[in-house]
Amino acid sequence: MTDRPLAIEATALAKSFGSTPAVQHVDLAVPPGTIYGVLGPNGAGKTTTIRVLATLLRPDSGSARVLGHDVVAEADQVRSLISLTGQLASVDEELTGHENLTLLGRLLGLRRSSGARADELLDAFGIADAAGKLVKHYSGGMRRRLDVAASLVVTPQVMFLDEPTTGLDPRSRNQVWDIVRALAAEGTTVLLCTQYLEEADQLARGIAVIDRGRVIAEGTPAQLKSSVGRSVLHVRLLDAGQRPAAAELLERAVGQVVLEADPAGLLVHGSEADRAAVAVAELAAAGIGLAHFSLDQPSLDEVFLTITGRSAGDEADDPSRALQEQPS
Amino acid sequence: MTAATTTNRDADTAAVRRAISSTPRPPRPGRLSNAVAFGWRGMLKVKHVPEQLLDVTVTPVMFVLMFTYLFGGAIAGSTSAYLDYILPGILVMSVLFTTVYSGVALNTDLTKGVVDRFRSLPVWRPAPLLGALLGDSVRYVIGGTVIIVLGLVLGYRPDGGAAGTVGALALVVVFSFGLSWVFSVLGLLLRSPNAVMNAGFMGIFPFTFLSNVFVDPTTLPGPLEEFVDVNPVSTLATASRSLMGGDPDVSAIVVSLVTAAVLAAVFLPLTTHLYRNR
Ligand SMILES: Nc1ncnc2c1ncn2[C@@H]1O[C@H](COP(=O)(O)OP(=O)(O)OP(=O)(O)O)[C@@H](O)[C@H]1O
Ligand SMILES: [Mg+2]
Repeated sequence: MTDRPLAIEATALAKSFGSTPAVQHVDLAVPPGTIYGVLGPNGAGKTTTIRVLATLLRPDSGSARVLGHDVVAEADQVRSLISLTGQLASVDEELTGHENLTLLGRLLGLRRSSGARADELLDAFGIADAAGKLVKHYSGGMRRRLDVAASLVVTPQVMFLDEPTTGLDPRSRNQVWDIVRALAAEGTTVLLCTQYLEEADQLARGIAVIDRGRVIAEGTPAQLKSSVGRSVLHVRLLDAGQRPAAAELLERAVGQVVLEADPAGLLVHGSEADRAAVAVAELAAAGIGLAHFSLDQPSLDEVFLTITGRSAGDEADDPSRALQEQPS
Repeated sequence: MTAATTTNRDADTAAVRRAISSTPRPPRPGRLSNAVAFGWRGMLKVKHVPEQLLDVTVTPVMFVLMFTYLFGGAIAGSTSAYLDYILPGILVMSVLFTTVYSGVALNTDLTKGVVDRFRSLPVWRPAPLLGALLGDSVRYVIGGTVIIVLGLVLGYRPDGGAAGTVGALALVVVFSFGLSWVFSVLGLLLRSPNAVMNAGFMGIFPFTFLSNVFVDPTTLPGPLEEFVDVNPVSTLATASRSLMGGDPDVSAIVVSLVTAAVLAAVFLPLTTHLYRNR
């Protein structure tokens, strides 16, 4: 069992549409049972990569295997191991939620139990009350959950999720995240495409950053962040008038201080945790009241900026601001 | 308000985990079972989107009423004599028009993400197409029945009786099976459902109107008469007229069936090829 095949393995994958090179050179190696993030801005080639891996598109060159099966030569075996939740809603809007899941159950061989399986999933995903409603009347969050449920009618070994939380409110997004974590906990490998930096950071064990059809960086979220620099100390004062004093103290204790737009805010890049702790204690001892302080890891947005020299937000509408507030 | 609060419940992570872990993969179903499942989907669409039927029934009903009462007297001497002539023809027209919608529906599907899901499933490749045909056949039968019932209401009494009428309807539906693959190919090649609709009707209008559906071709000028005579729609109309009239024209029936088989033999493989390689 030591040479268990990789769940997903892509080698020099390339795919063009006419003269548009959608994917130019993508290598991926995803171990089984993990969540792997493919992160990139609009047009980076995420969907194209997923469509090749899910046997919907033939690559122009390069090769890809899912659990050891070639996606072109053994497409049929691959299909019996995977599920796809596409970027466009991959459920039938003109059927009810229950009918959608029952149809998939029948197609996958559940026969008589397909209706009961549909009920079970609708219940677990919190859409039982809308089971008999046409999907076109569902809210965005319900539709997404149904879409994910549709991929789990028979539990896949590898699941492809293309931007599963785009357009969802924070509550629905958290629910989808919980479901994805549950899936991985049950042993399914998840390939997650996202342009939400926070999302890859929250869910994925490994991340490939892709841009213009190429993998430009790869590693764990922590590795990617450490390639950029150490943590950032954020401090907000009760009294903005004390900022010069606070800046002087922090400069001495930790390092170069950046004054934020907020007149009571300061931050210091490259703080180590122990020095930051001492500095915060010194501020309090000096009678400088703190409204808030935090030691944050650099965001993946900064990672992107470091690697490409431009912000992911230049091309994607940047949701990282909206995602900053994490429920704890 | 209550509806919104009751339907927007939360996912239950523990239940999700149970649901995920509880299913071993069942044995893979057969090809026919796949096609039947997609056929069920087609039927559900007829149920949920009955408006589709309006498109394909209202126009022929208007044609029946208009031709019978406006031109019937002039063309055939009396409205009731003309009804005998035109009703089987309108049956043909009505069902053939419906086949265009098969291509439109296929194209509509392709613009949605659901086809990506179907194509990523381990199912028999042509199953979605054959299944759709099953659903379409329900629409063909409903469209045809509306015309026949309208005829009966207007006083049409086919000499072929119930057997002849059902036979004519069956023949027309079988012919449509063959023809619908032509529109499926259009559905796969063109960019939007509207383009399929326009191209489809642009193709089918000349065949329907330059046929013997409305008028006896012997009254037409030479070259036009020749086209009308070889037009498969004329042959089909002749065949169904003969069945409903109680005097089956075997050669017209056979020619119609062969035409349908040829259309299917050419366009069905083309459709599956295009569907697979999109
Ligand atoms: N079917 C297609 N025909 C032509 N061009 C395409 C097609 N699909 C994708 N492209 C082009 O390929 C490039 C990569 O597209 P892709 O959809 O893979 O990006 P993405 O990373 O998924 O972007 P997004 O975040 O917007 O979903 C884009 O320039 C896109 O316009
Ligand atoms: Mg995409």
